[in-house]
Amino acid sequence: MLAQQLVNGIISGATYALFALGFTLMFGVLNVVNLTYGVYFSTGALIALYATRHFAAPILIALPLAAIATGLIAVVIDGLLLTPLRRKKAPELASLMVTLGATLLLYSLMTAFIGTDIQRFPPAAIDPSAIEVGSVRISRSQILIVGTAFAMVALLLALMRGTRLGLAIRALAENPDVARLMGVDVTLVTFFVSFVSGTLGAAAGILIGLNYNAIQPYMGEAMMLKGFAVIIIGGLGDIRGALIAGLILGLLEGLTAGYVASTLKDAVGFLLLVLTLWFRPVGLFGRAAAKRA
Amino acid sequence: MSEFLADFLFSYQSLIHSLGINGLLALSMYVVLAIGQLSLGQAAFMGLGAYTSALLTLKLGAPFPLVLIASMAVPALAALIIGAPTLRLSGVYLALATIGLGEVLRIAFVNSELTGGALGLSGIPEKAGYALIFGCLALALIAFVLVSRSRIGRAMEAMREDEVAAGMLGVHLPRYRISALVVSAMLAGLAGAFNAHVSSFISPNDYGFDAAVTILSYALLGGIGSPFGPVVGAIILTLLPEVLRPLHDFRLVFNGLIIVIAVLFMPHGIVPWRIGRTGARA
Amino acid sequence: MNGALLTLENLTVRFGGLAAVDSVSFRVEPQTVHGLIGPNGAGKTTAFNLISGLGHQSEGHIRLDGETIDDWPSWQRAQHGLARTFQNIRMFGEMTALENVLAGMHVHVGGGLGATLLRLKSFRSAEAAAIAKGHEILGFLGLADASTRRAGNLPYGDQRRLEIGRALASDPKLMLLDEPAAGMNPSETAGLIELLLRLKSRGVTLLLVEHDMHFIMNLCDRITVLNFGRKIAEGTPLEVRSDPKVIEAYLGTKVAERLEAGARVR
Repeated sequence: MLAQQLVNGIISGATYALFALGFTLMFGVLNVVNLTYGVYFSTGALIALYATRHFAAPILIALPLAAIATGLIAVVIDGLLLTPLRRKKAPELASLMVTLGATLLLYSLMTAFIGTDIQRFPPAAIDPSAIEVGSVRISRSQILIVGTAFAMVALLLALMRGTRLGLAIRALAENPDVARLMGVDVTLVTFFVSFVSGTLGAAAGILIGLNYNAIQPYMGEAMMLKGFAVIIIGGLGDIRGALIAGLILGLLEGLTAGYVASTLKDAVGFLLLVLTLWFRPVGLFGRAAAKRA
Repeated sequence: MSEFLADFLFSYQSLIHSLGINGLLALSMYVVLAIGQLSLGQAAFMGLGAYTSALLTLKLGAPFPLVLIASMAVPALAALIIGAPTLRLSGVYLALATIGLGEVLRIAFVNSELTGGALGLSGIPEKAGYALIFGCLALALIAFVLVSRSRIGRAMEAMREDEVAAGMLGVHLPRYRISALVVSAMLAGLAGAFNAHVSSFISPNDYGFDAAVTILSYALLGGIGSPFGPVVGAIILTLLPEVLRPLHDFRLVFNGLIIVIAVLFMPHGIVPWRIGRTGARA
Repeated sequence: MNGALLTLENLTVRFGGLAAVDSVSFRVEPQTVHGLIGPNGAGKTTAFNLISGLGHQSEGHIRLDGETIDDWPSWQRAQHGLARTFQNIRMFGEMTALENVLAGMHVHVGGGLGATLLRLKSFRSAEAAAIAKGHEILGFLGLADASTRRAGNLPYGDQRRLEIGRALASDPKLMLLDEPAAGMNPSETAGLIELLLRLKSRGVTLLLVEHDMHFIMNLCDRITVLNFGRKIAEGTPLEVRSDPKVIEAYLGTKVAERLEAGARVR
């Protein structure tokens, strides 16, 4: 029982980490809280769903396709909503408000056209077979989920640490004006970061959609609660913190569901968020110190 | 003529109630925006007020004035618990924590037997009338006008324009922040109690994300140059979907769009008049 | 014995290992004008931020009028008699000029929430007195006609004066002025010197950062010179002007200073 809960926790935790990564990346590099991020989670899952349903695309093709398409949507939204505010040097809460409005707009549009009924991947897309190790059951989809999550995180870390582009991203995170002076094409890097964040959010949506096989437009909104918890616990803008906080949240939720009450599972994140605010507002590794007022 | 008026008031009863309640909600958003902060917990505070009041009335049969006081006290306490630790942090933390509060309360309401789960509570007696609702709205407006035109109002506007400079003038920033949040929570809680006691039925989905963003759209449409702006915004956004039926189905899309347009293109809203900040003849 | 209004004691702040302010100590005596000068990047504004509570020192102590204020937030320092202006003016642009000055009086104007809501006589008389004093300050600044104008719409030089007026309104014991003459033309600068001399004669103690040497030499009783975050000299304008270390520090950056001075002329 414990082992199964831990495995379930790691699976959820990996997707939380993946989800929070894109969110915290946007905050850390672009210095905005982009609330449309939850929409990318839903959009990614919906696109993958339609690709598998209407074009019979295998999930291994639908997943990257939907993630890339969502990444492009994220770039367009950034260009329309946030670039004008950056140009005006608007206060940070302005970007929060504009993306909040856009989030309601987009969710409501999606709901108006496709409804709020829960939709499922076609059976062909999900491999129901499972491996059993002792008493622990892990389905092949779940292996795909964890594998994809870890692969994407590794890819992102390699990009950030090992490439010129990664250097440019880190320079932008430090100071946009200095980055510009150093010859960084700030507009291009901004769009790239939006793209990467969009794909991360979408990938998380697809993976969670696969895990629970339940997809509907508002799924991203419930996920945002976990996203807030993870990025605040990990420290706003801290990539390593988000990864670890994501795993911690997944594990604690699994244990709560198993040993306390499954209805309390979704409150764990918020409880941790409030405790973090009270006792360690700089987050796990204290990196968010620079973002204090 | 008075018969016509009585007819009118009767057939549009719930709409008129909404105007007053939404006006109060708009003011609850205003008081936080007026010091340059952003709280998105108004819908959650409203929900707390609504459930507190409904439970007190239904389960304990508590007297209505006491119910109203409790419906303001409970959200105020919630505001203290999540607001106090964010006082020394950037405004982003308060915004995120308050959206989170809304989500988690919705989950709690849905999962608790006490609150009737997803079905909510029904059979709440109609105890709030026009006089009470609009009386409170008027009182709140007058109070805001009086406070605006004083040392406190000047400190609030100073904080909204430049918090660092306001701090350098000796404005006790944490005290202003927490006071604004608590007042905001109390107003929203009161609006929630009214809502419960005019509509006889409440459910968790009335106080979710959509409601939170809609309340923000009231304030941004009207503009926050004066306390009147948000109330005007609330009236317009409550009436418009009733007048323009096709808009009704896309009400939320429209509210979201209003926020986007207001932030990008009309930061002063549609009531550009700015309230003066002196409490005597200048 | 310590009769100084402001005392810095081994004040140090490091950003990632680099000391922006390095073990700086000096005292500002009451009713004097004290200059803080040094080439660009010497740590002057950083020191100002530490004194006003907008940053926290890594080491050292700050004493203001007898109290150690090391851990005080900026608003508490302001309540204890500190006021400042900023290098890039931080006006409340939407407010009128008069309202800006009134905002400056925040600490001294009476009127709790109850008195405000009930418009008690105590509130009304406090407001009327504040407004009268506000008009007096605007007159002192030469901005009497601008009282109802939006501060953000005032010409640059007037905004500078208004920001000083807003700081003055708090009746400070010590006023920090960060490059008050920056961006001003010679006649505006002359007007500013005259304004600051009148401030001094009112008994306000001033600590100011300024690049304009003519300005500094005319106004200051005492000058502290920083270079690379360290104090390299202190004394009267005459002493400092002839100090070889100061000359060396400035000569080293003379070309850059000239270029910058040229760029600042509007």
